Parts: sequence; C-alpha cells; structure tokens
Amino acid sequence: MSAETRETSYREAVREAIRDALRRDPRVFLMGEDVGRYGGCYAVTKGLYDEFGPERIRDTPLSESGFTGAGIGAAMGGMRPIVEIMTVNFSLLALDQIVNNAATIRHMSGGQLNVPVVIRMACGAGRQLAAQHSHSLEAWYAHIPGIKVVAPATLEDARGMLWTALEDPDPVVIFEHVMLYNRTAQLASDAGPVSIEGAAVRRAGGDLTLITYGGSLYKTLEAAEALAGEGIAAEVIDLRSLRPLDDATIMASVARTHRALIVDEGWRSGSLAAEISARIMEQAFWELDAPVGRVCSAEVPIPYPKHLEDAALPQVEGIVAAAKAVTGR
Amino acid sequence: MSAVYRMPSLGADMEAGTLIEWVKQPGERFAKGDVIAVVETQKGAIEVEVFHDGVMGRPLVETGQRVPVGTPMAEVELVDVQRAAAAAPGGEPPAERRAPTRTAAVRTLPGATSPPEPAGARSITVPRRLRASPAARRQAQQLGLALADLAGSGPDGAIVLRDVVSAGGRAAPVRPPAERPAPRRGPNLDAMRGAIAAAMSRSKREIPHYYLSHTIDLTRATDWVAGHNAVRPPERRILLGVLLIKAVAVTLRNYPQLNGFDREGRFEPATGIHVGSATAIRGGGLVAPAIHDADRLELDVLMDRLRDLVARVRAGTLRSSELADPTVTVSSLGERGVDRLYGVIYPPQVAIVGFGTPSPRPWVVDGQVVPRTLVTATLAADHRHSDGHRGALFLAQVGQRLQEPDTL
Amino acid sequence: MTDTKLHLNREHALHLLREMLRIRRFEERCAELYTEEKIRGFLHLYIGEEAIAVGVMQCLTPEDAVVATYREHGHALARGMPMTRMMAEMYGRQEGCSRGRGGSMHLFDAASRFYGGNAIVGGSLPLAVGLALADKMRGRQQVTACFFGEGAAAEGEFHESLNLAALWQLPVLFVCENNLYAMGTALERSESETHIFRKAQSYKVEAEAVNGMDVLAIEVAARRGVAAIRAGGGPRFLECQTYRFRAHSMFDAQLYRDKAEVEAWREKGPVLRFGHWLEETGMLDPAGRARIEAEIEAELATAVAFAEQGTWEPVEDLTRDVYTERLA
Repeated sequence: MSAETRETSYREAVREAIRDALRRDPRVFLMGEDVGRYGGCYAVTKGLYDEFGPERIRDTPLSESGFTGAGIGAAMGGMRPIVEIMTVNFSLLALDQIVNNAATIRHMSGGQLNVPVVIRMACGAGRQLAAQHSHSLEAWYAHIPGIKVVAPATLEDARGMLWTALEDPDPVVIFEHVMLYNRTAQLASDAGPVSIEGAAVRRAGGDLTLITYGGSLYKTLEAAEALAGEGIAAEVIDLRSLRPLDDATIMASVARTHRALIVDEGWRSGSLAAEISARIMEQAFWELDAPVGRVCSAEVPIPYPKHLEDAALPQVEGIVAAAKAVTGR
Repeated sequence: MSAVYRMPSLGADMEAGTLIEWVKQPGERFAKGDVIAVVETQKGAIEVEVFHDGVMGRPLVETGQRVPVGTPMAEVELVDVQRAAAAAPGGEPPAERRAPTRTAAVRTLPGATSPPEPAGARSITVPRRLRASPAARRQAQQLGLALADLAGSGPDGAIVLRDVVSAGGRAAPVRPPAERPAPRRGPNLDAMRGAIAAAMSRSKREIPHYYLSHTIDLTRATDWVAGHNAVRPPERRILLGVLLIKAVAVTLRNYPQLNGFDREGRFEPATGIHVGSATAIRGGGLVAPAIHDADRLELDVLMDRLRDLVARVRAGTLRSSELADPTVTVSSLGERGVDRLYGVIYPPQVAIVGFGTPSPRPWVVDGQVVPRTLVTATLAADHRHSDGHRGALFLAQVGQRLQEPDTL
Repeated sequence: MTDTKLHLNREHALHLLREMLRIRRFEERCAELYTEEKIRGFLHLYIGEEAIAVGVMQCLTPEDAVVATYREHGHALARGMPMTRMMAEMYGRQEGCSRGRGGSMHLFDAASRFYGGNAIVGGSLPLAVGLALADKMRGRQQVTACFFGEGAAAEGEFHESLNLAALWQLPVLFVCENNLYAMGTALERSESETHIFRKAQSYKVEAEAVNGMDVLAIEVAARRGVAAIRAGGGPRFLECQTYRFRAHSMFDAQLYRDKAEVEAWREKGPVLRFGHWLEETGMLDPAGRARIEAEIEAELATAVAFAEQGTWEPVEDLTRDVYTERLA
C-alpha cells in the first residue's frame, strides 16, 4: 500500500507510463505523428523527445498504414514498439495492417511468430471535433480475434495498463477517450503495472447493473449517484478489457441484480452494447427480471455544435431515465 | 499403363465443366504440359493440360457434355510408368472429400412449397402468452407456484421477481403443462395434393371454361433458338419454352381480359403480366410460381429466371410471393410427347395457356406440302370475363409473334 | 559480409540451375496436385520468374530476413525451406511449415526468418520496413529482402514504405517482380509511370531495372545492392522485368493477354536460356542435366509422400495460437 498520493491528470498518467516503459526496456520505442517535437496532439508525450531522443520518440510522416505496419514488423523483429495513432478515425487507414497482419500472423504461421506491438489511439467525442475526429469504433477492433483491446478509464489503468500490454506477446490496442485526458485525481506515487484483463466493479449496488467502459464511466457513476438519491442502488461495472470481455464479472453481477443497462458511446447497431446484451441473454437469461437496456450514441455522424454533440451522446439524465425504465420505476 | 483422364478441378469454386473440344484425338501422342482439351467453366473456356507423356485413348465424354470434377473423360495410355503409378490417375477420385457438400445440397422438399393454406384454416385463437420475466418464471417453478395465479406489478402487468417472492408463502400446486401438438415433419405432399384438389375442384365447380386450340408453325422459332445458342456457352443458351412464355406475355398486353383475377364474379385486371410457369415437383405435386413482368424481360433474363425457379422448386425454396403472384398460367408438356393439353384455370386467375410437344409434321406452305415443326397451343379461359372471339384473336396473335422470334 | 562480386564457377552455375529447376518442378507438381484436389484454395505459380528469387537469395545470409507475397513458393525454396514441409503446407497438413493453416499463400518459417506469404498486395512492405527498423535500432548488420509484384506500386503502402525506408535509411532491399500484369490488368492500363524503379528514385532510393529472366544479372545487381545496404547506405530497389508463364491462379482463362505474347516470353525463359548457356559453355551435358532432374524428382517424390502421410490438425486445436495463451 502506498502512503503517498499526488494530484495527477490522466494525460500525465499515460505519459508516466510511457516514460516508465522506455526506462525499463531498451526495446521499447514510441512512434507516431507529432509525438516528438510537437509533444503529441493531446500533449501526452510532451517532454519525452528531449528526454529520450529522436530514435526512441520517433516522429513519423502521415502514413498510418506505413508506420503501423512498421511497428508490427519491428515487433516481429524483436522490438517492443508503442505505435500512437492520433485518433481512431485515422486508424482506419491502418486497418489493413492491424486486421490482416497483426491479428493473423501468429495463428496463420502456426504459432511461430508473435507480434508484441502496442497501438494506442484516442477515441470518443465531446471536444466539438465533428464527424471525422470524434468516433467510438472500439467495437470494430473488439470484433477481431488475434488482438486484445483495452480501454483504461481510471488513472490507475492509464498508468498501469501500458507496461502490461508491452509485456504481452500479442498485439494490444489501447483506447484513450479524449475527454479523460484532463481528468485529475489522486494517484499513488508508486502506482505501477496493472492487469489488462478483467472488468472491475466501480460501485456496488443490488438493484441493477450498469455496464460501461472508457469515457462513459464517469457519466455512469454520476447517474448511479443520482439513482441512489431515488432509492435505486446501481452497481457499476467498468469493462476495462473490450476483448476479451469478462463475462464472469458481468454475469455474477446480473445474477445479483437481475437487471442490466449498458452504456456505450458507440452507435447502437452492431455495438459492444449489442454483444454484451446478447451474452447476458445467452448466459443469464433466467436471471433477468427485465429486458436488458442500452444507452448508446444517436446514429448520426457526430455533429460540431455543442448542443447537437451533447444530444448525440449518452448523458447522465438519459442513463438515469433508462435505468428507471429497466427497474420499472 | 492404362489410365483415365478426369475432369480437372481448376478452382475451389469449380464443381463441373463442359467439354468444348478434344484437342488430342484417339491415338495421338501427347507430352507433359500439352493441352488435351478445352473445357467451358463459369470463367470462360480454359485449355486443360496433361501432366504426363502418353497417348490419347477412347473419349468417355462427348463434346457439349457437362460433367462434375473428377469424372473420367477419356482413356489414356501413359508412358511414364513410375510417375503414373505414384499419381495413380486411374484410382478412385477423391470423392470422400466432395461428397459431404454434394449431399448437403440435396434437400428434401420442405412444406414451404405447398400452396398457402386457405384463409380461415388457422382460425383458432391463440391465447396471449402470460407476461413474466425469466427470473420470475424460474422462481415460480422452484417454489411450485402457478404463474397464472399471480398478480403482476411490472410493466404491462408483467409478473416480475418481486411478485413471485411476495407470493412465496402461499404455495399452490403446479399445473401439468398443456399437451403440445405433434410437430409437422418432412415434406407434406399430402397437404399439397389436398391443396391442388381443392383449387381444381373449385375451378371446375365455379369457372365456366371455354377451350380453343390453334396449330402454330414453330420452324422459324426453333431455327432462331438454334442459331442463338450456337454462339453461346452452354450456360447462356435458352430453351424454346422461354420463347413461348415471352410470346404469351407480350401478346397479353393487348388482351387484358385474359390477364387478371376473378374477385367474387367481378374481373380485376392485373397491373403486371406475371406468368405462372407450371412446374412438376419430384415425388408428385405441381406448382406454378410467377415469373414477374415476363413481358418486359429479355430472353436471356427470362431463361435465368426460369432456371432459377425450377431449381428452387426442386430445392423447396420458393418465396411465397412467387406462388401467390401469377396473373396467368402457361403449362407446357413439351417433353412428355402429347399433342395438346387442355388446362384447368388456377383460381382466381382467368386463363391458362397450354403447349403440346413441338414435332415435325406435314404443313402446307405456298401450296406445297412441306415438313415443318408444329405445336398445338390451347387456351382455357373464364367465360364470365372473356369470350371465344377474343380468345381466338389472342391465340392467333401468339402464333404470329412466334413467326418473328427476333422481335421477342 | 556479402561478397560484392559474383564468382561464377561451374559449381555455382549448376547450383543456380538446380535451384531454378527445383522451383519449376515443385510448382508443376503443385499444379497437377491441384487438379486432383489435393491442393485447394488459391494456387499462384511463379513459373517464369524463378531467376529472381534464386538470384537474390544467393546474396543473403541466414540472419537476413525475407518478406514475400502470395506467389512465394520460389522464395521459400530458394531460401532453404524444406520441400517436405512446404508440400505438407500445400496439402494443409499440420506437418506443414505453418501447421497447414496458411496453405499456398502463407508459408512461414521463423527459423530462416521467412516472414511469409502475405496475400494483401502491398501489405507486406510496411512489415519489411519494420523488420529493418528493428535491425537498425539494435545495431545488427542485417538486410531485409522484400519481394512484391508491380501491382503493389499502385497501393499507398508501397509509397509510404519507400518513403519511410529512405527517410530512416533502413536496410531494406526492395525487389519488384514486374511481370507486367496485376492479375489481369496490364501495367500500362494501371500506371501512368510504367518504370517502377523511377517511383523509387523519387523517394531518393537508389534504384535500377534488371533483366528478370537472367539469373546472373539479378545476382550481380542484388550483390551490389546488398553490399551497399550493409555498408549503411540505406535501402536499395531492384525492378526485375519478368513474365508469368502461367495463369494468375489456376482458375484463369487468360482473356487479357495473347498466346503469342506468352510464347514469345517463354522463349526468353530463365531456365531455358540459362540451361542452353550452360550447355554451350560446356558446363553441363545431357547426362548431367538428367542427373539433376532425377535428384529433384526424388526430392519431390519424398515431399509428396511426406505430405500424403501428413495428418490433419485436430479440430480441438482450431483456436490455438489466436493468442499466445488461450483465452479462459
């Protein structure tokens, strides 16, 4: 147990995780667009270029497929690359490398070759960045066997998941929600690696289970607080890992509460929320006392003006209303 | 050594090929790598090679014949004995690997092809299922409570867990589950026979049929089809029957009173010309699924539709709209060798056109008796909605259209 | 260290011929086995292009890396992968070099640093860049040879990779096998600049065009390129002008090219021409040729028997190796 904590931002926690990894292992390096001299699009890597130099904090041209593939190749060649892609929207230019190479090579080569690459990318809306910088496509990646997908929502996870991901012999994609970078909280000064597997119960409650991840965690916790004021005790599960999903934690909670509501910033159709709902139906049907509910983003490209962006995304009031509907109150 | 040359597999999606040409003739020598034959596939004609030196023997497959991959196509004599023995081309084809997919495609006729049941047959009212959550159902079962005895407090009066829990003390015996009807199994040919019987009885009982017959010279049409097919690969060739359907469909544009429905004694003209093509089902039975807008389809397309329909009749995968939509029926006993057929109208349609077997007959052309290919076309129509005069004009015009096959 | 100069003695010349013939005979047998349904999926044959893989492989050490495409039987053989494990892979047997999971298009061999059999056109170039980046960052004097067809030049990944390799001065030998057709699309119908090596030059990569039907010319050019790379000179690019004698894959009616064109190229075939030259110079007589053919036939017979006797991976192992440790 740590005695000391200090006020830290999510951004600083990620930066500290990268710094820690670079110090631990000479095979680790970071590459991506404007990660070096510029200091990172979201200022996550500020200062690291001066500290570690251009070889290990490697600025790349705007070639997402090229440098993501190079990260995969370097991982096969014995390095431990951290590839940063500015946003999930840009990662679509690198889908070929992630889906056709990183995810397939171990299985396709009969287990001969590993791809220990870590790919970090920002995702999510809330900064009025409009329809080409604001999306939540995590579910697409979570669809792909061969890669692991995590979404750190807390400072401890932002600080601790990276090193564990780098030690993993398989490719890991890390999603960092843009609205989390400025969040601050107390972080133990000796915070270190944490598991990248398993969900966490962030709040206990017996009346219904709220299941969420990433940037929606804090909205969901706020909603749970509001529900408590109305006498509804909500349990909040932070998925942490989007692939593989921690079915056991979800089903154990649903078996206690008999009701589930999923909060997912992705679009409803074909979403992670859909997948989780289906699994509850498959594994905990006889526990259910109400249909599984979902709060997802409106099915529109995320618009620029604040009021429309807000309307498109899951919000606390909507989560509260949906939770009440599920509990029949 | 003696061996056989088999239809080669040139792609994972190739199941069969059509022999277009033998490049090597019996007695002719061939060397490894030589082209032995040309085979038509869905990707076009492909020259197929031999992998051994040898001599061509007796062909086992004729030009134009379509055979599955692995079928022996010719006897060959191989000179490279050592290699030939290793490759064992005369051995059994690797049938065990293909067999599962082939047999999987063979399906027995499911009930889907039976005509829709008449309205009213399902008049039994199904009680609305009692609303109770899964958790409430399980809890009730564990406590031995009958859900029907409980009051629901959930949405729409649904019984939720708390209702069962609160009723927990007052346990009542569980009723035995209601007896379930035996599930229907397999193809229901009896049902189809019954449906045909009902429809045909109604037709003969209610519809005053009149019948007309007309002999049509099909020589030009058959020549035209032969010419059309000569320059096309087998899968693009068309049947004479497609011309007959098209001629009927196009002619019906001028005879709307033959294309439509009887609605309780009143005629309702159809908005499109959807020709039901009578097709026999293996094992008995008959359906006439619709070729939609047959008057507007190119012959090639019409052929594709017909091929598709026949395949799906056999596979039992017809769509219900195809059974319900025909506005007129065409029945052809072309292969069965009868001169003419007199159809029974399929209600609520008002006409059925029949074609006998086209065959060479003496015919007078320009005062000379000459051999021509003739067919007897018949019309059975509902006298409530048309009369023999219109019907005769219609049949005559079908005959005229078939004299100009290139306009169809 | 790679020798810059080609030392052509009889032994080496016969080795080159033998290597090309091994590829030729292996693939001819594969085509036959395909028609018998022993081999399934796609089968892309390298026949006509053998000189390139054989010429380039002479210049690599066991520590170097090779990245290839879905037309990679020749590269795997020339790299030294055992024909037995390759044939077992073609059959899909678990004794195959990729446990039978890859088939013709996905031959892998970690031991010889053979990074596949990549079936997305252009997709393997970034991998080669990354492998070379790892070598460079770890101070290893190794080269990554990256083979691809001219069709890849139309892909963005080609351009991104050349730029990255040049920008970071990475030890990559890019080998473009220009056989004039991307599947059925002729080069002049898909590229405004049909000299592929000029595209590389625009990224300041030293590049040259070589006669891809001449194994000696290829070896000479590759030796020059590899030596420059090892000396720290950054990437090099060879455009080998060649021709595919057979269809793109087995199921191809070849509607896009004339038979006369194919025949004209066959006359320039690498095995044919080099064989004639060896006979003219007296390095090979018919008996010697027959001996080589017989040895290859024996190797092939062993490989086919090995594949025939191979076993199927149990279905229970279907999801093995999706991840390094199985999911719970």
